[in-house]
Amino acid sequence: MKVELDINKVKHAVEVEPRTSLLDCLRDKLLLTGAHAGCEHGVCGACTVLVDGAPVRSCLMFAVQADGYAITTIEGLSPGPGELSPIQDAFCETHGMQCGYCTPAMILAAHALLSKNSQPRREEIIDAISGNICRCTGYAQIVEAIALAAERMRRQNIKADPL
Amino acid sequence: MKPAAFEYSRPADIDETCALLAADDGARVIAGGQTLVPLMAMRLARPSRIIDIARIPGLAYVRDEGNDIAIGATTKQHVIESDPVIRAKLPLLFKVMPFVGHTATRARGTVGGSLANGDGAAEIVLVAATLGATLVWRDAGTNSSMTASDFFLGPMVTALPLNACLAEAHFPVWPEPLVGVGFHEINARQSDFAFVSAAAQIALDGDGCCTRAAIGIGAATAVPLRLDTVAENLKGKRFEEGKVRKALKAALADIEPMADLHASAEYRKRVAVTLGVRALADAYQAAARHA
Repeated sequence: MKVELDINKVKHAVEVEPRTSLLDCLRDKLLLTGAHAGCEHGVCGACTVLVDGAPVRSCLMFAVQADGYAITTIEGLSPGPGELSPIQDAFCETHGMQCGYCTPAMILAAHALLSKNSQPRREEIIDAISGNICRCTGYAQIVEAIALAAERMRRQNIKADPL
Repeated sequence: MKPAAFEYSRPADIDETCALLAADDGARVIAGGQTLVPLMAMRLARPSRIIDIARIPGLAYVRDEGNDIAIGATTKQHVIESDPVIRAKLPLLFKVMPFVGHTATRARGTVGGSLANGDGAAEIVLVAATLGATLVWRDAGTNSSMTASDFFLGPMVTALPLNACLAEAHFPVWPEPLVGVGFHEINARQSDFAFVSAAAQIALDGDGCCTRAAIGIGAATAVPLRLDTVAENLKGKRFEEGKVRKALKAALADIEPMADLHASAEYRKRVAVTLGVRALADAYQAAARHA
């Protein structure tokens, strides 16, 4: 089937089987490999992308269902070539990652949180990433990274683009 | 690509959905897909066709109808989570929403999808059973309805006819001025499947006596249990923990809970009593605070 997808503000026409997940379509057809394939049945959260600004598991959505939505992957988050978003910066600074497998999804989940809530409490940060599994960090530095990014963005009056 | 191959249809309306279902024995309806797609990924479900109802116009809404709130089948869970009408009129449904999956699954998952799947551990199913919601479906051009107590039959088995499509759910509104709710669940990880859950709603008169109560236990058994004897027992009385515990124990004496690696049947039964007491205590206190 032919489907037209709006990804990181660029339109792509792709030919997919109905059973192709949005995740596989992003990775295999569009070479956007920032969305990671973990469990591929909706448990680990590594494949999280933003659909109209809300975090969604791209392994639980078929590409043929995704036309007409504004889809954002980690590749769409950087403000310019070679630059990192404030959330990405904060993850580097606090060592909010080790192997990096869960990181793009964690950052997108954090972005969605901060676009709605610029001053999240610790519990709200934990709740926002509760659907994303990390097997390395023990989560403490990830929570720290999101809190740091939130604080910085507030101070510099940067809003997380609702995308 | 983990699922088996299937055809994909996106019908224009609910009657076309029913026609597609009738034309293909292996067809399944998909809305948010947060239950169906994992089952397909594990090939526990192999539909020959999936019928996508997510974008059928006029199927996603929250409508205040006075005595009840009508929720359209494809209304997304994250809409309910922050809806002011739900917050004001259906405090119990509002209370459980943060426990329904995760932020990322609530962004796609629908109220109708949760009800049509009828998972005994699902919080929306528990609220429907506890409050006695009515489920409305469309089948061959006509609407039919059924109360939750008749609708949920077994583990992910409902009375929804094979070629029918769930259209909306009516959740009754309690008009009493002093209404409080309580909800508790036990699981291995935050927002993971509950081992046991308990939902309660209580209305009080000006003297702090209970005029109406509803209590339901989810996840312990294949279908949520509404404990009407416990609710009747509370009528005209103030909340007394010892008496409520005794009533819950009696009401749950004969249940046969499920058992698995994480929670034995004995554990679930014991925890059901405790969570039931806590949910009712919270509901009572919340109602009293409104006084």
